[in-house]
Amino acid sequence: MALLDIDNLDVAFDTPDGTVHAVNGLSLSLDRGETLGIVGESGSGKSQTAFAILGLLARNGRTSGSIKFDGEEILNAPPKVMNRIRAERIAIIFQDPMTSLNPYMKISDQMAEVLMLHRGMSKKNALAEAVRMLDAVRIPGAKDRIRLYPHEFSGGMRQRVMIAMSLLCQPDLLIADEPTTALDVTVQSQIMRLLQELQAEFGMATMLITHDLGVVAGFCERVTVMYGGRIMERAPTDPLFGKPTHPYTRGLLHAVPRVDQGQETMQAIPGNPPNMARPPKGCPFRPRCAFAGKDCAVMPPLEPAGDGRVRACHRPVEEVAA
Amino acid sequence: MSTPLISARDLRVAFDITRPGDMPWTKPRQLHAVNGVSFDLMPGQTLGVVGESGCGKSTLARALIQMVPASGEVVWQGETDLLSLSSQRMQKYRSEIQMIFQDPLASLNPRMTLGQIIAEPLRTHRPELGREEVKSRVARMMDRVGLLPQMINRYPHEFSGGQCQRIGIARALIVEPKLLICDEPVSALDVSIQAQVIELLQELQRELGLAILFIAHDLSVVKHISDEVMVLYLGRMMEKAPADLLYADPQHPYTQALMSAVPVPDPQIERNKQTIPLHGDLPSPMAPPSGCVFRTRCPRAVEACAEEVPHPGRGRHQCACLFPGPLTADEVA
Repeated sequence: MALLDIDNLDVAFDTPDGTVHAVNGLSLSLDRGETLGIVGESGSGKSQTAFAILGLLARNGRTSGSIKFDGEEILNAPPKVMNRIRAERIAIIFQDPMTSLNPYMKISDQMAEVLMLHRGMSKKNALAEAVRMLDAVRIPGAKDRIRLYPHEFSGGMRQRVMIAMSLLCQPDLLIADEPTTALDVTVQSQIMRLLQELQAEFGMATMLITHDLGVVAGFCERVTVMYGGRIMERAPTDPLFGKPTHPYTRGLLHAVPRVDQGQETMQAIPGNPPNMARPPKGCPFRPRCAFAGKDCAVMPPLEPAGDGRVRACHRPVEEVAA
Repeated sequence: MSTPLISARDLRVAFDITRPGDMPWTKPRQLHAVNGVSFDLMPGQTLGVVGESGCGKSTLARALIQMVPASGEVVWQGETDLLSLSSQRMQKYRSEIQMIFQDPLASLNPRMTLGQIIAEPLRTHRPELGREEVKSRVARMMDRVGLLPQMINRYPHEFSGGQCQRIGIARALIVEPKLLICDEPVSALDVSIQAQVIELLQELQRELGLAILFIAHDLSVVKHISDEVMVLYLGRMMEKAPADLLYADPQHPYTQALMSAVPVPDPQIERNKQTIPLHGDLPSPMAPPSGCVFRTRCPRAVEACAEEVPHPGRGRHQCACLFPGPLTADEVA
């Protein structure tokens, strides 16, 4: 049985501009210990999917479908159930570590609080465990630095503290929502390596949400590409990057600036991302797609396409990209 | 040899820092945001400036146009030292040097329409132009950057990030500058939009013969637009070279680390890649290390690095390191 099983998830928000359909009919599953990347641009619905899993949607959000975690339905579960799951089973780290840490509390108190509340540990044991976890995320001098306030750490160190805190209760699933977007590249590479090592050590399943295809390439076993609130393509990492067949995946790969290739390689995708209050009919990528035809006005179903790949496209690019 | 459009010599910017507990008579401490940076930029060429947050890249750009007080020399077209000009006399040059910013929405006045925003620099710098002339120039510029005529009366919030950046570019180019300073112009944009904006900048550069100073925080974006690239760390220049040379054969350990840290969207390469780890955090710019500022995080640093400030030298490929050259596998591990 999969650890996480999302079936036909819809997330919509009622706004003064009308209903915004952030996520449409999303299905995916994640096994224990697996690393899944969710890639998409702003407005693709990738973060709202994470929020829906954790029951953290804004008040005007409406959901339908099903999210099963370890066999238990958790979509719209009562707060009592969700609090237990959020405490012990599913952890999340966000883009900006400063806004997710309490600026008025020492790191020691913030971390110990988690263990005292959820594990019923004594303060002394909780502190010792917190120091052990800070050591695990390679914060030098953890024993002394645990008494500092969040603002006394650099951005990269703060993200390490967040990661340490999220792992305190040894969750089964870690959701990392753009964990390195606010960081410098050299720090990003440190944090990604750390996440990789911790994943091997603790064996939690990890859902990495990002807009950066490069970050996903080194970290994930499978990758889901989202656009306009829908899944465009999902495949094991190697075939997805090696042989992208969905026009959007392909376009995205060509649009990324690369340090390891010549100047000719970068190609833009024309047009603008869809306005989700007035999404285009059918495939959301249709207005920007070079291959689109009349049939694309009807949303293509997500269908298997070999190599463990599923894809929603009427006009896939079957020839290998040069 | 032709004259550089702009050339900076030993450019320095220092900020006075007072701390909360300081007495009024306490001498403020100085933070050297830019420390002895020199470069030449030829007409029609692009210089990429790369470095992590706090390296002084934005301050460098601001110093060129007197947005922050600087010392040293900034010579415009081989004649005028911009830093010695009064603010009034500088005005003439401001239309020659225009800037676009990272956050496109924040750099546009939310209460002005697109048409007003693009026309404003003309009203300031070319007050002699008539209404009709301004109108037609705005229309031509909008068409040039890919904005539709019917958008002219809309407000910034109605546009996406990429479109806002186009508005910023139109506003900068309407006064026909010779130099465009781009301060992280695509960092806040989606990947698919980044390439659009860069392509647009390249087209405009070819057409108008613009020189571009392109600031970015990583080496990948800069690669696609620059003729020459300069790498900064803690306010100092580490390495400067023609782009093809720098990417093919980086000499400074910091440049090599920066390059290895950029993730590549290819799982095969990414899994087998040897990244060069930089230990610890960026030192405080209030108390930079002695000698080479990079030595505290450099895998190759030896005692000599603490004593001598390495000089970048002259010539096409400049590298401020006592022991330049590719890092070996032992040094990386």
